[in-house]
Amino acid sequence: MNIHEYQSKQILKSYGVKVPEGFPAFSVEEAVENAKKLGTPVCVVKAQIHAGGRGKAGGVKVAKSLDEVKAYASEILGKVLVTHQTGPEGKKVNRLLIEAGADIKKEYYLSFVIDRNTARVVMMASTEGGMEIEKVAAETPEKIFKETIDPAVGLLPFQTSRMAYKLGLPKEAVRPAQKLMGCLYNAFVGKDCSLAEINPMVLTGDNDVMALDAKLNFDDSALFRHPDIAELRDETEEDPKELEAAAADLNYVNLGGDVACMVNGAGLAMATVDIIKYFGGEPANFLDVGGDSNPEKIAKAFNIMLEGGQSKGIFVNIFGGINRCDQVAKGILEAAKLISTDGKSLPVPVVVRLEGTNAEEGREILKNTPIKNVIMAPTMEGGAETIVKLVKEAQA
Amino acid sequence: MGVLVNKDTKVIVQGITGKQAAFHTRQMLDYGTKIVGGVTPGKAGQEVEGVPVFNTVQEAVEATGATASVIYVPARFAADSIMEGVDAGLELVVCITEHIPVEDMVKVRRYMEGKKTRLIGPNCPGILTTDEAKLGIIPGNIQKKGHVGLVSRSGTLTYEAAFQLMNAGIGVTTAIGIGGDPVKGTDFIDALALFKDDPETKAVLMIGEIGGNAEETAAQWIKENMPDKPVTAFISGRQAPPGKRMGHAGAIISGGKGTAADKIKALNEVGIEVADTVAHIGDTVVETLKKAGIYDECHTC
Repeated sequence: MNIHEYQSKQILKSYGVKVPEGFPAFSVEEAVENAKKLGTPVCVVKAQIHAGGRGKAGGVKVAKSLDEVKAYASEILGKVLVTHQTGPEGKKVNRLLIEAGADIKKEYYLSFVIDRNTARVVMMASTEGGMEIEKVAAETPEKIFKETIDPAVGLLPFQTSRMAYKLGLPKEAVRPAQKLMGCLYNAFVGKDCSLAEINPMVLTGDNDVMALDAKLNFDDSALFRHPDIAELRDETEEDPKELEAAAADLNYVNLGGDVACMVNGAGLAMATVDIIKYFGGEPANFLDVGGDSNPEKIAKAFNIMLEGGQSKGIFVNIFGGINRCDQVAKGILEAAKLISTDGKSLPVPVVVRLEGTNAEEGREILKNTPIKNVIMAPTMEGGAETIVKLVKEAQA
Repeated sequence: MGVLVNKDTKVIVQGITGKQAAFHTRQMLDYGTKIVGGVTPGKAGQEVEGVPVFNTVQEAVEATGATASVIYVPARFAADSIMEGVDAGLELVVCITEHIPVEDMVKVRRYMEGKKTRLIGPNCPGILTTDEAKLGIIPGNIQKKGHVGLVSRSGTLTYEAAFQLMNAGIGVTTAIGIGGDPVKGTDFIDALALFKDDPETKAVLMIGEIGGNAEETAAQWIKENMPDKPVTAFISGRQAPPGKRMGHAGAIISGGKGTAADKIKALNEVGIEVADTVAHIGDTVVETLKKAGIYDECHTC
């Protein structure tokens, strides 16, 4: 789960990480009020969206007067920002952060992530602050420093000190940098983060160190023990179909195309998306319904796929392991009745491939259905080819 | 033969009184697995499918001599259950549970250092040694005895692959579902090392997916350590968009890393054939076996 920068900064502040003073604003008036409250000669108006690259897209402006705050706030609020992380459709700005300007001497990069290979939390820092870290890693990997953390003892002072010296920080800034690293690590483990990234971390004119930007991502599996974090979810930042699916306990990712699929198991679901593309179709979604053959759940999945007229055809790809194909077939028929207007027809062709436990019985049930538009596929390959062909015909 | 478990392995089920666990205990018993006990705190003295229940893993191990366990405990308690099994000196712990917090798994891995237990999973379908034993939820009717070792990050793709192999007349020694989480007990190279040392296993099928670089590491390992056993692979997630989690916690392309294209390239570079679609996994294995001259030997069913 992602949250906004201003929310991340509030959390980090509570852990002792030094951040610029600032307040969120949902309107131009509120932005001006916040700037007055700050009372600093310079303040920054920052768009709050769940994507990086805001500065380049015109979502971050430095204001030197209240009039400028007003002008920038009206310009940015409601604007659609297109960055390298938003996709071409961009993201609409609904919130701003009004923040005190900082006296920046130099920018650095600092982050914590979980490394799969060592199964440890790793602290990463670089002298190349403000840049995309992937770019630094590709072009100048020698400018990235790492410390691997033993969970039994946590981040140790010698590690933060070693990091501060590697970054070449001035003597006076070493202690403040060590404190920031320690506090950020505590926030990372305390809130079950999957990423904590400060880009840039800045050295200020008075040789202090603070987090000028902040990005926290959280482990969805751990949200049960952080109700305070779960509350910060901003649903306007998420795909409405994905939200609806999550509420129905379905694993769904919108891929934008028109050939939908419904599959059991994440691996097979990914592979089904791939095979649709292999035969020249444009996959509409990834959807893992799990081992469930509950008709209401299948009906919900069908509704989400069909919503807004996105899908022109659906490929149901089921491998019955412990769950039985005849149960799944019954579930599909029940679901078809629930979503069809006359109980007999579906709005788009549905190609079904059933294999594994009780596949024969399942196929028999679907073969004898009075519901039009349900087509049995003898093989997975045949099913994928057929659905792509049918969708192309529907477009022609 | 096969690896990790056989018909003599004594197994306990942690969380045995849960509905799913009880169902799968029956399935595992029916397959021939030696399930000797179960553990649910506070339920000692009960029986599930004729299997005695104990309060702690230690008690169960002392009473039954079990050396392996399979865990069906809910996510928020599962990490603790793994460590309880490790503490009791089990040789093998298989954790089926999905959605264990990653930081809990970081602690588990730290706790396991220097101890003898091997962990499979979490978030996995378990392991099945054909006609001998199964620990987990892999269906028993789609895998025939033979000489191909199967290792996979995905549950349903394990079944799909075993089924395609069976239809092609190719049998399997052991199927190992290593699970879809980013931090887990056993990775591809650990499973490959087991297959390398198993005389019954003549070839390996490896099923990977987007996220991390375990497939790339495995490709290098195979080149350096297992030149004599042909490997076939499949990678799912060619069309996955970056930054999106595709069902499994570990299936995500982050920072441009962990793409299917990178993995396929790394595998191809060391001479490993990668099936072009999920429908061709069986055919691709057959081709590889023929090329290696061991098709007849591996055509066991």
